Amino acid sequence: MEEIVNHLVSLTKEISGYIYPNEIELHWGLLVVIYPYITGLVAGAFILASLVKVFNVKELQPTYRMSLLTALAFLFVAPLPLLAHLGHPEKSYEIFLTPNTSSAMAMFGFVYAWYLMAVLLLEIWFDYRRDLIVWTSNEKGIRKWLHKIISLFSKDISERALKFDKKSVQMVTIIGIPSAFLLHGYVGFIFGSIKANPWWSSVLMPIVFLFSAIVSGIALILLIYMVITPLRSKEIDMKCLDKLASYLFYIMIIDFSLEILDFIHRTYEAEESIKILAELVSGRLFVSLVVIQLLMGMIIPLGSIAAVKFFQVPNELRKSIYFVSAILVQIGIFSTRWNVVIGGQLFSKSFRGLTAYKMTFFGFEGLLMSLGLLLLPILILFILFKILPPWDEARSN
Amino acid sequence: MLIFLVTAFIFMRSILVPPDFGKYGHYRASAIDEIISQEIKYAGHTVCYDCHDDIVDLKKTGYHKNVACEVCHGPAALHTDDPGELKLQAPRERGYCPLCHEYISSRPTGFPQIVSASHNPMKPCISCHEPHDPKPPQTPKECDACHAEISRTKSLSHHVYVDCIECHQTPNEHKIKPREYLPSKPTTREFCGNCHSKDSTTPEEIPKIDINSHGERYMCWQCHYPHLPEAQ
Amino acid sequence: MEKVNNQKSNDIKRRKFLKNLFLSLSGLFLPGIVSAATKTGRLKDLILSLGYDPKEHLWGMGIDIDKCIGCGRCVNACKEENGVPRDPFFFRTWVERYRIYDNRETLVDSPNGAIDGFKPSINDEGNIIRSFFVPKLCNHCDNPPCVQVCPVGATFKTDDGVILVDSKYCIGCRYCIQACPYGARFLDPETRTAEKCTFCYHRITKELSPACVEVCPTQARIFGEIKKKPSPLVRFMRQHVLGVLKPALNTEPKVFYANMDMEVR
Repeated sequence: MEEIVNHLVSLTKEISGYIYPNEIELHWGLLVVIYPYITGLVAGAFILASLVKVFNVKELQPTYRMSLLTALAFLFVAPLPLLAHLGHPEKSYEIFLTPNTSSAMAMFGFVYAWYLMAVLLLEIWFDYRRDLIVWTSNEKGIRKWLHKIISLFSKDISERALKFDKKSVQMVTIIGIPSAFLLHGYVGFIFGSIKANPWWSSVLMPIVFLFSAIVSGIALILLIYMVITPLRSKEIDMKCLDKLASYLFYIMIIDFSLEILDFIHRTYEAEESIKILAELVSGRLFVSLVVIQLLMGMIIPLGSIAAVKFFQVPNELRKSIYFVSAILVQIGIFSTRWNVVIGGQLFSKSFRGLTAYKMTFFGFEGLLMSLGLLLLPILILFILFKILPPWDEARSN
Repeated sequence: MLIFLVTAFIFMRSILVPPDFGKYGHYRASAIDEIISQEIKYAGHTVCYDCHDDIVDLKKTGYHKNVACEVCHGPAALHTDDPGELKLQAPRERGYCPLCHEYISSRPTGFPQIVSASHNPMKPCISCHEPHDPKPPQTPKECDACHAEISRTKSLSHHVYVDCIECHQTPNEHKIKPREYLPSKPTTREFCGNCHSKDSTTPEEIPKIDINSHGERYMCWQCHYPHLPEAQ
Repeated sequence: MEKVNNQKSNDIKRRKFLKNLFLSLSGLFLPGIVSAATKTGRLKDLILSLGYDPKEHLWGMGIDIDKCIGCGRCVNACKEENGVPRDPFFFRTWVERYRIYDNRETLVDSPNGAIDGFKPSINDEGNIIRSFFVPKLCNHCDNPPCVQVCPVGATFKTDDGVILVDSKYCIGCRYCIQACPYGARFLDPETRTAEKCTFCYHRITKELSPACVEVCPTQARIFGEIKKKPSPLVRFMRQHVLGVLKPALNTEPKVFYANMDMEVR
């Protein structure tokens, strides 16, 4: 308690204008920034994977399983930041037991469970089933048993069963796309439905969230692919990479247009809150919004990928441009989440003043915890790669 | 497996959901009981009379009749439960009364206010004012005792030497029961015209206008604030 | 999952599965219905045993801004009565001072929620054209956004229109704090659960007025029934032109302000 009060006392110096006295404490910190960031990566990676199955984009085949596993790894971690930010994580089960049907947040558990169980696990299972059965027949010890358990002891690799698998994957993917939209659109709705907060309250919010999610997902797969292929001393498939980059480019253009539309709409309507929001954007959010999100995370990557598209660029240079762009996009999307979550709490609902956010280093909601939560899915992904190798040559033909 | 999960869920649900959840609505009914069991600290304005009838009777007739005892004496429930257990305090120092009576421009006009820096500094308020019947020790002679803001404004204006009573006829009772006996206010343009009409015989320095054409259908004080009449 | 993949008896299995699903789903609701029927009888309600029936009341508050002197006694009494932490970051009610200048600038302040009143403003008298105090508290909205967003049912509207928080059930997600347009909620630093004004529910159910109303020396706060004719609040509502805070948000507050300036929000 004393710690909290001391923290708040140190914040009082940062206040400008008038804020309601209860507003000094900023309630959703870094952890709640990470939550939509991670779910965005999940949805984005999954939608990329479904491009291969539903829209038959052959060039992306090398990243298909990788995307699924990435989505899974990040999905495992997605609820953790939410859990850690609760005042009483030990009571979180109540969300499942007595969900308030009018609360967007109450639906989290169900959307999450649906997505994990009905979509991601099913699709991975069907896709890997045949390989798992083949692998077990050539393996020994723990690995054999592990794969046996994962395959749920099924043995049928007849023509009919395989056909059924294929059809199932197709079907799950088709269900999966709206589910992925639901998963992340719903996260956008959590913010977009808060009428008390003009920075959040917007019908565009779920859609903007969705497209930025796809952007971040594609960029992540691009990064993982570019890092992991040389590590396995394999050649990067330039066709695949180009395709990834151009999808990234097109989705970013949509994302960019949506954000600009939101911006124009807000400034044109210029409602009661416009003065304080303008002050926010030109002041406390200037670096994270204009410099990092827009310039570094949007305009520079868009420009460089466009340049690559227009001019003949040698492979090596192209790779590095893609790589740097993808990293910039990640930073940009992270700061998009930051600007939404933190930015929405920096101004008073009296529209008369601004507060500040000071990160702590240790503790449940501190920087250390957040870094841990961002690294954890990478670790999980590494383990998943070990157990379920997504590489083409691991496929049993 | 699915069936197992669903049954497990139902089983867990029947154990973990509080039995009274949903009785009145989507919440725990006993939460209401817990909330209303909270301890009461302020006894309420009616109970004091039982023991302190003399003071309550005195207070009833004075300006503080609507100020509950607990405003100054603090939460009294412990005291009313067992008067021996807790003796209530009374603020005797000079700092307390200005919470309400210090002059602050945001306060409603007519609310009695003082500037404590100049109002008998160093003297505790209760040495002159009985808090249960807080009339001024002497009936104030000058208007600015109560109407300080107006008096200050007027002192900066050209009306500085115009006495209040030249425009406001004030019954003597106003000084004792200010809300019940109100001073008069001018009602006609001609009243101002006594000094400011071009026909009047007042000294030349006083600005004069043609009362028939100037400002036509408006009353003078609709444009000129009489306590600071300079056109701004 | 394993069912779908077995090809031969797919049809029969599916039928069985659907039947089971139906049975188990109905099982989901049955125990609830049964237990609700039996347990209601056993639960003794303290609130009813007091002779207080929430269905017979509808509470609201009127605030006459012209009468508020900014002494902050309400803020102090609220913290005393409800054990709200004395630190300047946690308030169930607070008082704001508005100073509007002739250049149309508006200055608002509320030093420590006005728990120690206000200090006179120095050296800016000349420019102020309007100035007044505004007490603030939970508006006990008829259409409460906080209740709408609570994921677990830890905050709710009672039959008498009061919005309460069940601190034992609150998980501390703070969505309600985000959803409140009035800044009326805070997270209790001790319990890590949401807190707010209850209209002193433990008092009004026992025929006492809320602590802030009790100690207001100028009757700037009027508490009472919205529906019953002989109520001080109904009289107040008849005699004044009323406003509520942020009416455009359609929260339908039950705290009504008289003589409210357009700058108040």
